[in-house]
Amino acid sequence: MRRLGAAFLAAISTLLIAAGPILACGGLIGPNGAVNLLRTTTFVGYHEGIEHYVTAFQFAGGEGAFGSLIPLPGVPTDVVKGGDWTLQRLVLETEPLGRSAVFAAAAEDAAGEAQVLMKKRIDALDITVLRGGAAEVGLWAKNHGFRLPPDAPEVLRFYAERSPIFLAAAFDADAALERGQAIGDGTPIHITIPTPSPWVPLRILALGRTGEERVEADVYMLTDRTPTVLPGYGERTGLFLDHSAPASDALLADLRSDRDMEWIPEVGWLTKVRIDAAAVDLRFDMAIDASGQGAPSRVAAGLEPLPFMGIASDTVLGLALVGLIVAQLVWFARLLTTRSRIALA
Amino acid sequence: MRRGLLAGALAVAMFASPAAGCAGSTDRVEIVLRNSHFDRTAIAVAAGRPVTIVLRNEDPIDHEWIVGDEAVHERHRTGTEPLHGERPTEVSVPALETLMTIVTFDETGTLRFVCHLPGHEAYGMTGVLTVVG
Repeated sequence: MRRLGAAFLAAISTLLIAAGPILACGGLIGPNGAVNLLRTTTFVGYHEGIEHYVTAFQFAGGEGAFGSLIPLPGVPTDVVKGGDWTLQRLVLETEPLGRSAVFAAAAEDAAGEAQVLMKKRIDALDITVLRGGAAEVGLWAKNHGFRLPPDAPEVLRFYAERSPIFLAAAFDADAALERGQAIGDGTPIHITIPTPSPWVPLRILALGRTGEERVEADVYMLTDRTPTVLPGYGERTGLFLDHSAPASDALLADLRSDRDMEWIPEVGWLTKVRIDAAAVDLRFDMAIDASGQGAPSRVAAGLEPLPFMGIASDTVLGLALVGLIVAQLVWFARLLTTRSRIALA
Repeated sequence: MRRGLLAGALAVAMFASPAAGCAGSTDRVEIVLRNSHFDRTAIAVAAGRPVTIVLRNEDPIDHEWIVGDEAVHERHRTGTEPLHGERPTEVSVPALETLMTIVTFDETGTLRFVCHLPGHEAYGMTGVLTVVG
């Protein structure tokens, strides 16, 4: 554990034990309708034109396979297992231990299938990076056992029109059990994406949710300069600025000591944005200008349509996402799929 | 509204082009299924005449088009067969496919058409079909 002392480990343990499955911002619906996989706190680091997106999926029980579809702003150069303590350490930086519940969930046309750009296995997660439009990615998901909620076509189009890159994560619950993963164990993933500006997809968090159902999530950002964000903060948007300050040396050192986190710079600005919005209102993404010019893209935020259609997404937005979106999908084992459809059709 | 439904010729098949079908011999209605909504939510058809319903699913997910009275919809909400196709008034439309069905509605009245896949009705995938004399 290198730089992390026993006290920190004890604190983390306490945090995880105290945490409950609260942040269900990317919950997946299992065969019995229960939420089996939850998206957790995420971290977006941006330094020297590279966005590092770290999130974790928590196994909340169940059988079979479940999945998540994540739109990306560009083609990632790598997807690896995330560090062991990055997310937990960020929570400690901004939340007193007594409020540990914050970390609760941590723990169109006829189309062919999408093009598979990358495949990786990370613990019980099968990661596939795809290039394709909404129809192609949707078809790929369908053919690979994902079951998309009714709002998926519109949401996939919302993203694919700007960036045709998606990351599908299929979680094999049976394999997780065989690996000894207990309910509540998280599997962090770390996506590295070159991009001119950081970006965090938010609308995807509302996928599968209706009306006033709440979407809650925490996004930590580490940037070289104080970031400017669109849309703004407040009740109107459901985005709340919980923390904005220079990152402490201790935090940077702890993050840098985690697996594949040596890129963490010597100085940086730490921002924590809390998302607490009704699903019906969350129809935008988080566009970030980390250059110091204070001009995040309205197109990147989804507040304006693309000025030109058909331009390669990597350049289109002048933004480049990073990110990750979490979509709520259901990955049914074939047997379970059949059984479910019989019950629900 | 069972009336007349069994009299309609079942013809659920791949629909090659918009120009194909039975133009001239039947009334024809095309409904586009996109973003989990029907593009036409109010349709009027004539009683006693076969009407060709073309269902064009532009979504990458499956949908259904089930037309009937409230009793029909209540039955589908609680579950019937997983795939439809044996009745001209109950059609499963796979992702990115176009199907057609021919139905004769013998009695005037108001029916609803709904996609009963999980969550789709609540999402707004409904419409009204009026049979006029």
